[in-house]
Amino acid sequence: MSQIFAKGLVCPLDKNNVDTDQIIPKQFLTSVSRDGFAEALFFDWRYQADGSANPEFILNEPQYQGASILLTRTNFGCGSSREHAPWAIQQYGFNVVIAESFADIFFNNSVNNGMLLISLSASNIEFLFNRCKQGPQQWQIDLANQEILLGNNAAVGFAMDQDVKQRLLSGLDFIGASETLSAQIDQYEKQRRQATPWLG
Amino acid sequence: MGRTLYQKIYQSHVVGSLNGSTDLLFVDRHLIHEVTSPQAFSGLKLAGRKVRRPDLTFATMDHNTSTQVRSYDAAGETSRKQLEALAANCAENGIELLDLYHPDQGIVHVIGPELGLTQPGMVIVCGDSHTSTHGAFGAIAFGIGTSEVEHVLATQTLPQQVAKTLKVEVTGRLSPFVTPKDVILAIIGKLGTAGGNGYVAEFCGEAIRGMTMEGRMTLCNMSIEMGAKAGLIAPDETTFAYLQGKPHAPKAEHWDAAVAYWQSLYSDDDAVFDTVVSIDGSQIRPQISWGTNPEQVIAVDQPVPAPESFQDLIKADAAKRALTYMGLEAGQKLTDIAVDVVFIGSCTNSRIEDLRAAAAVVGSQKVASGVRALVVPGSGQVKRQAEAEGLADVFKNAGFEWREPGCSMCLGMNDDRVDAGQRCASTSNRNFEGRQGRGSRTHLVSPAMAAAAAIAGKFVDISKMSVTQGAQA
Repeated sequence: MSQIFAKGLVCPLDKNNVDTDQIIPKQFLTSVSRDGFAEALFFDWRYQADGSANPEFILNEPQYQGASILLTRTNFGCGSSREHAPWAIQQYGFNVVIAESFADIFFNNSVNNGMLLISLSASNIEFLFNRCKQGPQQWQIDLANQEILLGNNAAVGFAMDQDVKQRLLSGLDFIGASETLSAQIDQYEKQRRQATPWLG
Repeated sequence: MGRTLYQKIYQSHVVGSLNGSTDLLFVDRHLIHEVTSPQAFSGLKLAGRKVRRPDLTFATMDHNTSTQVRSYDAAGETSRKQLEALAANCAENGIELLDLYHPDQGIVHVIGPELGLTQPGMVIVCGDSHTSTHGAFGAIAFGIGTSEVEHVLATQTLPQQVAKTLKVEVTGRLSPFVTPKDVILAIIGKLGTAGGNGYVAEFCGEAIRGMTMEGRMTLCNMSIEMGAKAGLIAPDETTFAYLQGKPHAPKAEHWDAAVAYWQSLYSDDDAVFDTVVSIDGSQIRPQISWGTNPEQVIAVDQPVPAPESFQDLIKADAAKRALTYMGLEAGQKLTDIAVDVVFIGSCTNSRIEDLRAAAAVVGSQKVASGVRALVVPGSGQVKRQAEAEGLADVFKNAGFEWREPGCSMCLGMNDDRVDAGQRCASTSNRNFEGRQGRGSRTHLVSPAMAAAAAIAGKFVDISKMSVTQGAQA
């Protein structure tokens, strides 16, 4: 069974260690809303000091307009725990990020927003970047079979945590899922109060 | 087989199994602040859920507050709304809030330990990556996103998977002038910014045992900068002595039982770590970052490295980009480089011991002309203590600005920013591009190194200063 989780144009962001301050700078964090962060994505790279678009930044290049799959390198999303980072990425239009590795908190935050983060070996990442050099790429992500379909029967497989995969496939409300254990939470609290009363 | 400290605490917090390899962990303390909580409260309300344990939830205002004026209005309109939202959410849900006007308000990772909220054996979370700070007490403490904040508010639990374990042993004694900040920068320099990804790191060894709680907090604070999920130090007499008498610490009738439990919190001799790293603490020299991530660090007497000196092509490329951004050239000595701004503060280095170390270097000297220097104490308590000890006067007489507690110039969410192209000696934790302001150039250093830079107007190798001026180890 094939199940296409996402498909679309790929934007290759050839950088390592892209931190959350680059993904969304501080001045956008004072909002009390979950929305409105698309314009803030990669703000300092995307816009020049005078507010005009930076023509040298890849997201501003005409051939990458409408991209929905972000390809990047190692340790993407390192730094702060701001969930504004995946919000900005998703609201801009990316629902899949492919990288050699991700920072832990960023990974969890992205999954909690229904995004798919794919980790690949350095050689596979290099292969995909090389492919992007040949021209704009349209890829499909088959989540059930864990494959990136590159077109013309070419594909790259990926490994992933099966719990994360299930959550993405079923779209489960993760608070709701935990609430099914509420009797066990009650029980834990009772036992905790007896064993370690100083904890409150 | 024995268990690691992390495994002991983790296992004692498993409420149940969710599916596959995911457990539901109970959370002992949930710390919240204005920036990463409003959307969580909105989500909770939208779903008709309540805060399950307001008594285990504690709030403060720190990230976007003014450090000049104690007012919600002082940092701008959107900041005011965010502060008001936190106050309203706390009032509505019965959550204790240390607001801007509370005498003990401060940076969340400074006040948690100060108030005794942070204790050994706990699971502690907060919507802030530097929650790793609390691991200094032998607690599993880590940063979470806003969706997870909502999850903890609703259930007092969090789905987790067991992390890998990393043992970082720092042997030997530290030299004078070498502080916990230098130790963690040296560790990050060795392991890299992603070296700890997927791991919980436990720090141990003679150099760690000799550290005060403040020093241990500095160390664990920056474990996130090597990508570790959390940093941990087994509790000992230093930990217990720090906690005794703190407002939220176990009361007299529970104290002995609590200490007896805490004494069981260590990694067994036969526990197996996934990775073990050992560093000779006696060889660590005062550190300074030269690039745009915390692994780009050198001892202050070393030259700025050349990109081609890195065998790893990724690191070489990162070095090239970093030198351009930082306006530096390979081979330069940072002790020849002038600073424009000095920032002493942040959840890494704004505790009383940090301010003592900085003040000891300042003495009766003056901030160099043309240098803007700020001291931002981590909390109301730190501020009062520093004033009582005369440290505030040392700073003010020297020409430092003496501010109100908050995160301030570490991330520049308020109006404390470094201008484009300016170079800052900063005791904070991140030297990312634009972190302290668009185009800002951050050099991470210890409080003593920052103070020395303020006086000299350029970076200084404090190990070459006279002993009477030196900071304590």
